[in-house]
Formats: sequence, C-alpha cells, structure tokens
Amino acid sequence: MRQPLLALLAKEPAHGYELKLALEQTFGHAYASPNIGQIYVTLKRLEQDGLVRSEDVEQTTRPNKRVYELTATGREAVRAWVEEPSDGPRIRDEFFIKLILAPMAGLADRMELMNSQRRHYLGIMRNLIELQAETDPADTTARLLIEGAVLHLQADLDWLERCQEELV
Amino acid sequence: MSRSMPKGLPWPAQRGQAGTMLLRTSRLVKVYRADGVTVEAIRGVDIELAAGEFVAVMGPSGSGKSTLLHVLGGLEPATGGEIWLLGQRVDGLSTAGWAILRRRHVGFVFQFFNLLSNMTVADNVELPALLAGATPRQARKRREELLAELGIADKAGAAPARLSGGEQQRVALARALANEPSLLLADEPTGNLDSSNTRDVLRLLRRAHADGQAILMVTHDARVASLADRVINLFDGMVADDARIVPIRRRMNGVGDIVELRG
Repeated sequence: MRQPLLALLAKEPAHGYELKLALEQTFGHAYASPNIGQIYVTLKRLEQDGLVRSEDVEQTTRPNKRVYELTATGREAVRAWVEEPSDGPRIRDEFFIKLILAPMAGLADRMELMNSQRRHYLGIMRNLIELQAETDPADTTARLLIEGAVLHLQADLDWLERCQEELV
Repeated sequence: MSRSMPKGLPWPAQRGQAGTMLLRTSRLVKVYRADGVTVEAIRGVDIELAAGEFVAVMGPSGSGKSTLLHVLGGLEPATGGEIWLLGQRVDGLSTAGWAILRRRHVGFVFQFFNLLSNMTVADNVELPALLAGATPRQARKRREELLAELGIADKAGAAPARLSGGEQQRVALARALANEPSLLLADEPTGNLDSSNTRDVLRLLRRAHADGQAILMVTHDARVASLADRVINLFDGMVADDARIVPIRRRMNGVGDIVELRG
C-alpha cells in the first residue's frame, strides 16, 4: 500500500479519501478496493518516516480535511521504487519447499501434494476465467491483470507437471 | 466408410439422460508392439463419465492421454479391459461397428482440425449429419445454426484452407457437434490457437456443455481444463488423480482478491 500511495501523491497532493478513489478509478475492477482505515494508517506511517507531510485544510461546511504531499525524501523514495526492477511472483516458491521437505519428514506423499496443489491452481483458474468473462472488454487494466495471472498459473501448472515427471 | 445409416432412424439420436452413466471403462489397457518393442501406453484405467458431464484429462506428455481418447473413440483397438458406452459394451466392436457408433453418438475434435480440404465449410459440417441419417434439409438447418453460433456463417461457401486456424477449429467444432453427439471427444482443441481464438473456442465449449453436451477433453491448457466439472490426471498410463474442480472463492470483488498487486 505504501508505494501506490507515494506514486499517487507524486502526481499531486491529496487527502485520504481522494487517494482511495484514485486507486479505484485507476485499477477499476482489477483491484480489491482498499480500506479507508488502512489508507489513513499507511499515510500516518509515511509521515512518521518523513516521506510525506500533511496540513489541515479548513472547510466551511464540513470538518477540516488533512491534505498530504510528498517530501523531497518521499519523492526520492518513489523514484527509486519505480527504477528498481520488480521480482517475478515465483522467485521464491513455498510449494516447492513443501514438496521437497514434507516427504522427507514423512509428512506427506509427493503425488498427493502435487494433486492437491493442481486442484487448487485449477480452482483459481476457474475464478479467473469467470472473472474474465464478466470483465468489460474496455477495461484494459483489468483485462491485462487477469491475463497476467492466467499466464502465471499456466506456467505453475506446467512446472508442476515437470516436477511430476522428475520427482515421482 | 461411405455406407450411410439405415433409413428411418430418428435424427439426432437420443442422448443419455443427464446424470446417468454415459461412458465407463474397466481396467482398460493399450499396448503398442512394434519391432519387438512393447510400450504400455494405458495400464489399467477405470474412468466414468455421466451424461452431460465435462471432464478434462491432463498429464505430462507420454502419459497416455491421446491414446486413451483414441481408444475411447474406437480409432484404435483396446488391448484389454472393457469400454461401455450408452449401456453397451463397445470394446469388441469391429471397425465398421465403431464407425456407425461414432456417426450417431461420438464427435471428435483434434488439435490439427482435420477438415476435408476438397469440400466447402458447409459440406464439412453437413456431411456427418447426412451420414447419421439426417435429411438434407435437417443437415442444412443444423449447419446454419452452428456456423451462426460460431460466428462463421459467412464462411459457409469457403474452402477450409482459406480460413484462419481459429476459424478452422470452429468449423471442426461445428462438424463434431452436427449430430448433437452423446459424447464429444476433444484432443488438445486449443493447442494450435492464439489466446483470443482460445477464448472463443472456450466460450463455445462452455455453451455446448451448458446445453447438456458431454465432453471428454485432453488438454494442457489450464484455462480450458478449469472449465471442466472434473479433471483426471494421467501419469504413466494410470489415473493419478480424479477430482472435481472447486472454485476457490465464490464471491469476489475483483481480480484484486486473486491477484495481489505489490507495492
């Protein structure tokens, strides 16, 4: 949550609720809508870390709102985040560790582990395909996110097959 | 091969009642022998398929998936065990017996389309219905419905070679569904398609399944497999897993519940 908020604030100062709306509008259907409380907590931490500062802006008919803006340190942090290549999601694979260690300790059968993992992946895949069918084709962000997840899952399943070939 | 069905049989043939047993194998075995080498491709497979059920068969290459499909469709004889289709034991049928059974009850879709290149798209789709006993008028009506549903009505007069891969696979699907077969056997039907054509074929299969079409499909494509009611995992010619697909969560707010954006 920290980095997206910093990135949004790099565009312009905003208050918490505006940030929530901006996230929803940008990622639309594709992003689990963030909890407003979570946004306020994150902003507070960012302020403690010196990455943002805030001031109360008076409103005539409503309570004051707290508007946040990036500090120089914050701007530097968000730039560093953007420039750094991101790890793929499968650099560390928890399942593989289970697959290797659990049979060694007599905790599970390798074939059963692979079968239950495959069922799990296929269940997620079903959700994604249904989501894909419900998604407005004009919502490019959501479509691409779903397609990325589908391709990752397919790769996970292909890799599971490789494990089956070599380990059983 | 050119023998047509006896006149007077109703067309299309009656499908099994939803939920009743459509296909069952018992200790099915397929062994290939050539030049003194023996390969046990299928080693005692027991599977069941209910009328209207969609089952995907997955597994590493060489696990016997395609062989299983071919044996179940009578394209290759079984070496041992039993195959029951629509309450009839069929593993002992002659080649001609299989051909007649297939015409009325089994549709096939392959990875490489296998359309008849010297016939038009329309004739490719109408031929199986005509062979199964449909009148020319029934066959044409069914063909028109299918091609329209598959979005290729305008290709009816074209030669298959003039069509894109995705279009050819749609024609192959139309041909396989022309007789409203009791069972659709599909071998990697999206294996040669790009993702947008895969999506179209997926949609068609879903619709056919929703209309009560039983499907047994070999596939590597998890997108396709995830639509099945059950997935059978074949390994070394044996069933390693046979499980229903259970969506992980029924209610979702968006991909965000599945795809976690980092940052």
